[in-house]
Amino acid sequence: MRRISLWVLSTLSVLVLLFGYHTSTSGPQATGSQTSIYSSGSGSSGSGSSGSGSGSSGSSDSGASGSGSTGSSGTTPPASGSTSSGSKTVTGTVAQTRWGPVQVQLKVSNGKVTNVSVVQYPDGNGRDQEINSQALPILTEETINAQSAQIDMVSGATVTSDGYLESLQSALDQAGL
Amino acid sequence: MTTAATEAGPLRGVHRNVAHVMGMPISLALRGLHVDDERAESAWQGCLAVLQAADRMFSTYRHDSVVSRLQRGDVDVADCPAEVLEVLELGERARRESHGAFDVRRPGPDGHLVLDPSGVVKGWAVARAAGALDPLPGTDYCLSAGGDMVCRTQRTGAPPWRIGIEDPHDPGRVVAVVPVHNGAVATSGLARRGAHIVDARTGTTPGDVASVTVLGPDLVWADIDATAAFALGGDALSWLRGRSGHSGLVVWADGTREVFGPTTP
Repeated sequence: MRRISLWVLSTLSVLVLLFGYHTSTSGPQATGSQTSIYSSGSGSSGSGSSGSGSGSSGSSDSGASGSGSTGSSGTTPPASGSTSSGSKTVTGTVAQTRWGPVQVQLKVSNGKVTNVSVVQYPDGNGRDQEINSQALPILTEETINAQSAQIDMVSGATVTSDGYLESLQSALDQAGL
Repeated sequence: MTTAATEAGPLRGVHRNVAHVMGMPISLALRGLHVDDERAESAWQGCLAVLQAADRMFSTYRHDSVVSRLQRGDVDVADCPAEVLEVLELGERARRESHGAFDVRRPGPDGHLVLDPSGVVKGWAVARAAGALDPLPGTDYCLSAGGDMVCRTQRTGAPPWRIGIEDPHDPGRVVAVVPVHNGAVATSGLARRGAHIVDARTGTTPGDVASVTVLGPDLVWADIDATAAFALGGDALSWLRGRSGHSGLVVWADGTREVFGPTTP
């Protein structure tokens, strides 16, 4: 089972310079574009990030074992429910999901969830399913109306119930176009 | 509101249902054997029940949702249902893979981080809800929640669902069409709700991208990737090209359209 090294999990909400933070799916374009983020320990450790990545290789176990090289100072192994100075770190039970077992850890400080980290990732991730003839969008010559496109459904920026009546999808639902 | 239709051809013969859950319109299109009978209605109600359950569990607008209680510290993560842990895990993975641009924690009004897993929950919940339609034999479906959808064709030789990708600059029109037999389509953009997507690293809304559409086998990750790519702004397309198993379309702020996917050069 994969376990991210626990000791990195207790660092939270600190601005951490990320050195060598690459996921296995990020490719070359990941370089250098980010220097600092809100970090939550596990992700910033560089090691944990390879635990997911493409996921299809099955080799991510080793990545998650955590040769973390973050410069942050969290060295306290957060036992389940540990408390220190008004903050509390609680580790959830192992949950069985459709992709495999998951274990999550939260840090709560003064009634606020300050950190979410994952102790155990599932083996699969849903992206590995066989793709049934992966389709590509076909660009229209120019933007066209829905009727001439003969479409069944509309994908767009999230339509709220308030905005629905003016939406293309609403027209489809009512008239079938 | 339901429009009855009968078998009429590959593009017609689509029976539709609409309901509103989680503040979003849920649209279902069915064609094939069970479109307007008792089994179809029962499956549709099953979809809605899944979505309503997700809303009760995850809504940040509901004081008594598990997420709200978690936020207040009224409940420990150790006592949370497996679904909550699954969503948190997805959110954390998405954060890492997007280099922090996507995050289920965002700064609240007082500057403290608050837990808001909505960016994961929608796709996750719709993907689960679609499962209620799988048992309908000989029936194809397309289930959309506010523009993100799961498509299935179960009939041999059935045509693909034709999904129109909305023009972010003119939401009454379509910039592309994608034929989908089995898979998910998710689009993130600002056309409808204003600046609701932010780069979690900066707290600002990128202005480079007008919309990102992602196609993939599973709506959970199609939806996450669309949102994450949007948040990454100018890096959206290069990031998307590094993601396995997905294809799609980026519409830039200037109207330029770029398709990406495994078979594009």
